Amino acid sequence: MPVLIPRNVDELVEVFQANPQAKLLAGGTDYMVEVNLHGRKPETMISLRRVKELTEWSVRTNQSRITIGAGVPYADMEVGEIARLVPALAQAARTVGSPQIRAAGTLGGNLGTCSPAGDSLPVLAALGATVHVIGPDGNRDIEFADFMVGVKKNSLQPSEFVHSVSLPLVEGWQGYAKVGTRNAMVISTASACLVRDSDEGFVAIALGSVGPTIIRAHAAESWLMKSTSLRGGSQLDPSIAQEFGRRVAQESRPIDDHRSTADYRRHAIGVLAQRLLTRSFS
Amino acid sequence: MSIYIPVSGAAQSHEMYSLRVNGLVHEVKDAWIGESLLYVLRERLGLPGAKGACEQGECGSCTVIVDSKAVCSCLVMAADAVDTEILTVEGLGPDGALTDVQSAFLSEGGVQCGFCTPGFIVAVHHLLENNPQPSDDEIRESLSGNICRCTGYGRILEAVRTVADQRRQNS
Repeated sequence: MPVLIPRNVDELVEVFQANPQAKLLAGGTDYMVEVNLHGRKPETMISLRRVKELTEWSVRTNQSRITIGAGVPYADMEVGEIARLVPALAQAARTVGSPQIRAAGTLGGNLGTCSPAGDSLPVLAALGATVHVIGPDGNRDIEFADFMVGVKKNSLQPSEFVHSVSLPLVEGWQGYAKVGTRNAMVISTASACLVRDSDEGFVAIALGSVGPTIIRAHAAESWLMKSTSLRGGSQLDPSIAQEFGRRVAQESRPIDDHRSTADYRRHAIGVLAQRLLTRSFS
Repeated sequence: MSIYIPVSGAAQSHEMYSLRVNGLVHEVKDAWIGESLLYVLRERLGLPGAKGACEQGECGSCTVIVDSKAVCSCLVMAADAVDTEILTVEGLGPDGALTDVQSAFLSEGGVQCGFCTPGFIVAVHHLLENNPQPSDDEIRESLSGNICRCTGYGRILEAVRTVADQRRQNS
């Protein structure tokens, strides 16, 4: 029952191929809760913390995309250059747990756990992120929409791991909003990320905690793009924002659980959508 | 004694490993792989300063510093903390003497039952190390992962302001 500690990506590929049953350990903020409280019995673990390549991030030279390593912690996305380039991701990161959790938890860990309440995930969905994955057969890219396939289920194959996430840098407005029972240390009851590309007149909205996966409200997006101009300098009719919220709520698929009710979540997600759209024009 | 068995190129930390805590190397023997750093500190290394309450990273009473970051020790797998520098509340002051943060908690009345106090002390040290003159909002946000059910936080915030003022005057 060892902890295997690879020091670089090549060692990680080799160790994970030799131990396909092993569990990957990133920041530990999800996994250790299962061990401490839910009787999870770890066997072979592969620790990702020393794999330096996973903690790096870079911007493509033509400034069109940012690539963020799976091991980058939320604390590093909240402020600085990543926050400037992808403000919605910074906003989402800042709502995760507490400073202690954000120092440990990582983007890759959020994708590994793949909870519908994962705070970074609506941002990845709204921006159309590509997940770079490495496995025994080499690299492959998975669109986020194909990556998350169910509640805490992703499409990683055995011995595959998330290397990094690539996001387009969008001209325009983007924001993340979340409803929970407190301002700090809270798992979302409903969350949403809205991206408005004011050059292209394009909008995307992705919803968290209101369905088994992150939901892109495609019908509401199309309706909005037909109903009003989203380009820079245009005005928003408040009744359009209200109707957008109503249509987004219709596309959510929330459930009753220990954290909230389906009715409340459906209401809240509509309010968040309306609010984000309104903010994008202010 | 640290056990690193190279396995297909990668190092391996087994049920016997060593941790560097407050500058001293401690051997951990016959441990279970699932043990948290909190458990190992308290039950194996005789360092009971970090407290265990929620065991899910919500209360902050187990806060320690690992490689210059304040984290919840209940969410760190101890066997994965080999090769890190761990600092606990016991290691903040020289030879058991109170630090200025601890003194301010006493003088300002930031302690009632005391259970959450070690976690707060570590978090406040970490805050003031990285941001010597925090605003009230910055203090609140940086302590948002530490829960106190007695004080109502007012006197804890006052203690932080007191230390920040003292350090500014002494610098």
